[in-house]
Amino acid sequence: MNVERLVAMVNDIAAFFASEPDADAAAEQVAYHLQKFWEPRMRSEIQRCLEQGGVGLSPLARRGVERL
Amino acid sequence: MYSIDHKDLGTPAPASTGTVTLDIDGSTVTVPAGTSVMRAVALAGGHIPKLCATDSLKAFGSCRVCLVEIEGRKGFPASCTTEVAAGMKVRTQSPRIQKLRRGVVELYVSDHPLDCDTCPANGHCELQDAAAELGVEGSRYANGGASQRGVKQDASNPYFVFNPDLCIVCSRCVRACDETQGTLALTIEGRGFSSRVSASQHQPFLESECVSCGACVEACPTAALTEKLPLMLGAPTKAVSTTCGYCGVGCSLKAEVKEETVVRMVPNRAGTANKGHACVKGRFAFGYATHADRVRRPMIRKRITDPWREVSWEEAISYTASEFKRIQQKYGPNSVGGITSSRCTNEETFLVQKLVRAALGTNNVDTCARVCHSATGYGLKHTLGESAGTQAFTSVMKADVVMLIGANPTDGHPVFASQLKRRLRQGATLIVIDPRVIDLVRTPHIEAAAHLQLRPGTNVAVINALAHVVVTEGLANDAYAEERCEGDTYRKWKAFVSDARNSPEAMEAISGVPAALVRKAARMYAAGPNSAIYYGLGVTEHSQGTTMVMGIANIAMATGNLGREGVGVSPLRGQNNVQGACDMGSFPHEFSGYRHVSDAATRSLFEGAWNATLASEPGLRIPNMFEAALDGSFRALYIQGEDFVHSDPNTNHVVAALSAMECVVVQDLFLIETARYAHVFLPGSSFLEKDGTFTNAERRISRVRKVMEPLAGLADWEVTMQLAQALGYPMHYSHPSEIMDEIARLTPTFHGVTYEKLERLGSIQWPCNDAAPDGTPTMHVGAFVRGKGKFYLTEYIATSERSTSRFPLLLTTGRVLYQYNVGTQTRRTANLAWQEEDRLDIHPDDAEDRGIADGDWVGVTSRTGDMVMRAVVSRRMTPGVVYTTFHFPESGVNLVTTENSDWATNCPEYKVTAVEVVRVGQPEAWQARIRAERGAQRSPALPTACSHRDEC
Ligand code: SF4
Ligand code: SF4
Ligand code: SF4
Ligand code: FES
Repeated sequence: MNVERLVAMVNDIAAFFASEPDADAAAEQVAYHLQKFWEPRMRSEIQRCLEQGGVGLSPLARRGVERL
Repeated sequence: MYSIDHKDLGTPAPASTGTVTLDIDGSTVTVPAGTSVMRAVALAGGHIPKLCATDSLKAFGSCRVCLVEIEGRKGFPASCTTEVAAGMKVRTQSPRIQKLRRGVVELYVSDHPLDCDTCPANGHCELQDAAAELGVEGSRYANGGASQRGVKQDASNPYFVFNPDLCIVCSRCVRACDETQGTLALTIEGRGFSSRVSASQHQPFLESECVSCGACVEACPTAALTEKLPLMLGAPTKAVSTTCGYCGVGCSLKAEVKEETVVRMVPNRAGTANKGHACVKGRFAFGYATHADRVRRPMIRKRITDPWREVSWEEAISYTASEFKRIQQKYGPNSVGGITSSRCTNEETFLVQKLVRAALGTNNVDTCARVCHSATGYGLKHTLGESAGTQAFTSVMKADVVMLIGANPTDGHPVFASQLKRRLRQGATLIVIDPRVIDLVRTPHIEAAAHLQLRPGTNVAVINALAHVVVTEGLANDAYAEERCEGDTYRKWKAFVSDARNSPEAMEAISGVPAALVRKAARMYAAGPNSAIYYGLGVTEHSQGTTMVMGIANIAMATGNLGREGVGVSPLRGQNNVQGACDMGSFPHEFSGYRHVSDAATRSLFEGAWNATLASEPGLRIPNMFEAALDGSFRALYIQGEDFVHSDPNTNHVVAALSAMECVVVQDLFLIETARYAHVFLPGSSFLEKDGTFTNAERRISRVRKVMEPLAGLADWEVTMQLAQALGYPMHYSHPSEIMDEIARLTPTFHGVTYEKLERLGSIQWPCNDAAPDGTPTMHVGAFVRGKGKFYLTEYIATSERSTSRFPLLLTTGRVLYQYNVGTQTRRTANLAWQEEDRLDIHPDDAEDRGIADGDWVGVTSRTGDMVMRAVVSRRMTPGVVYTTFHFPESGVNLVTTENSDWATNCPEYKVTAVEVVRVGQPEAWQARIRAERGAQRSPALPTACSHRDEC
């Protein structure tokens, strides 16, 4: 999987949920979206990316991925 | 002329609910109030001769053939224009009536050629019928059509011909073009015997404003306007009701056949979606089904660089199955997948996803809705609770305000456009939100009250600004929203849209739409009282596609415009069965009826029925499949009726992904672009070759009926069954009705659907179940499907695709009336007479800056690729925005589009690509360079058509 593409995708997802004033709830919604719509190999790839520093992930995207 | 099996009642049914009892020729008859005497007679089994009346048009009363006697009334009233009244006594036959009728018909015959035997309408002509009925064999005044002689036949339209000498000037054609189609292309000019029908300003039909819908041809009582095909092939002998295989309007049609050949397609006047109308595609462009390019034998090849080898069905199927098994063994169960087709039937898409989930044991199934309305599914499900439009098409006739966003119905959904135009001409207000000046902005008798000509990519900025006005000016329907929706989300949303950053004034700099115009539009929408939103791909195909769908649902909920007729949120879905493909569980994360694969109860229901263990994790979506193919973890794909290489963005990326796979199976009518990268080709069957159902944009399930045998021997559902069998998962259906029975058992919204009920009711709008046994025209009545409606915050986020000094223009894409989607079908019809290439629309200022004149060849470059096409300099465009269609593979539009996509669904951002456009002196050199670049990605051994083309 192209990690840069996945990072861009999760950042876009996070950007949508960023309007949620409760930061925890927003991170939860990002994680929920990934759980419901991302195929497992995409999720493990983005988790691996996070483990390696999560370069390019927005703060909310990072918090969302952390909850996977 | 109308369909051969239509019994014409003379005038349309009235809208009334009450009844009236009268006496007709001594019999007591009860009919709906408002019925004409002519229709009442026909309903009672009688008949009155007529020439200027037909039941698709308002009574006109010009021919005077339909005279009757009515007790107590003077003279002989025309039965078509006279309404029934309680106690009325009508006499339809008497010597005096006969004499008068005979005299009138004699006059008509006097100016008409008398060679009925050789006339194409012989046996299906109302003048001939009237003359025969009244015993008129010739005329005392006969001049044999002399007054029209010398007026040339007009055969310019590829599908029909106008013979002025056969015209009786009944004006049915003129009224059909006005009332049924709404184009007003025809007039009657001149007087008396020299009066005649004229298209536009004495132009040939092809060059006139005529859009070739055929309504006039159907309305014509003689052979003056007549289809060309029956002239060549002979008159049809049988009519089979079916559903159009083109767009999401889902028009009910009658395929009129002679033996197994379709000679005429006539809209079904009983069709609920189309009310007896059709467009140029559905009515005329069906010739592709028997085109010589159809592939009739399965083919396989080991490598995509090898030539194709024709094989038997058995060999093709067993080769495919063995390859899929080998690949799964080597790379794991999730290394394979399948794609269902929005052009195939519900039953066929259901089988493909069943094969993928149950026989292959993976959820890697997706559908072409991914690239069009996936955002609709997500957005409406989350806000309202159901992934579908909320209304029936007829609802528009009760709308006071219509807001049309990112849709161009006169081209994309023509028959709905005709209905919309009827409503607008009755006085409804139109708001258009679109970067282009679409036809409906200004067309005969119609002018949009507001056109918000926004910059591509700024929909969300505009919907937030509209919502800002609704909330801050106190125009929201708080009582409705508080009662029907989650109060906390509503209040949060109100606070969000009220913020100054969402005001029209603040958003003007982003969207380019003057704040005052946004305020005006918001006030009109909120005032209603019935306001309806219709939208198209201009909403969904954006990086914020889903956000915009949610924004639309938000504003509809906030103003109370959901849950009754005349209001609602209606996506105008593109392909014939894109709604159905989504309903049938084609998405990788959900089963039929939009139930998530992680839901244990649903999964166990399917596991029990299918006798298989099903995966609980979502599968790959189409763009994810491409990514996985490039990293080597996805190796085989079964594609039913979808041409990725032509239709999906960033062609080079798609080609690279397909080329990396080990077994690509294409099941299609033609050797489409994607077949260049396939290892197996399985011949598909057209909608004329199978039984099944399609579901249109208003959730209407309609029957598709077989009128000819599949050219390659098998219908698509039979091919999928054979493949399942070869994979060791036998399926046992002897008819698609049995597949529908299974769908109904497993899908709550389809519980009540059977072929028997479809036969009885004509069509059914889902949900159809115990609570709504006859279906559900309007959704969310009383309460939303999800319980309480949910508001989402829709922050505007600019797309990363922006104009720059290198790519200063924004390209947006769309379609034209005459071509359909990737053009595979319509390019193989005479519709090429209207459009034979994609063109680039560019504003005069942008054209002038670049030295581009109308018709010049231009090169279009984006960060992903180039294309070359001719320019159309047009004021439909706003400066800074260019537009093209994607119907012709040689233009390579998707070489230029990018892989940007919607955040929630990966629906591609087709509507915004930053480009530069330059005038090209030598288009051949550009084309050669682009071909070379594309060719480098392609197999060197490219068959362009079936090797048996000559014998086909
Ligand atoms: S062309 Fe046909 S429908 Fe039109 S006026 Fe003549 S006869 Fe009537
Ligand atoms: S084909 Fe349709 S648009 Fe053309 S003249 Fe006839 S009714 Fe009008
Ligand atoms: S409007 Fe759509 S469904 Fe109706 S005839 Fe035209 S293409 Fe077919
Ligand atoms: S049919 Fe009644 S006046 Fe022509």
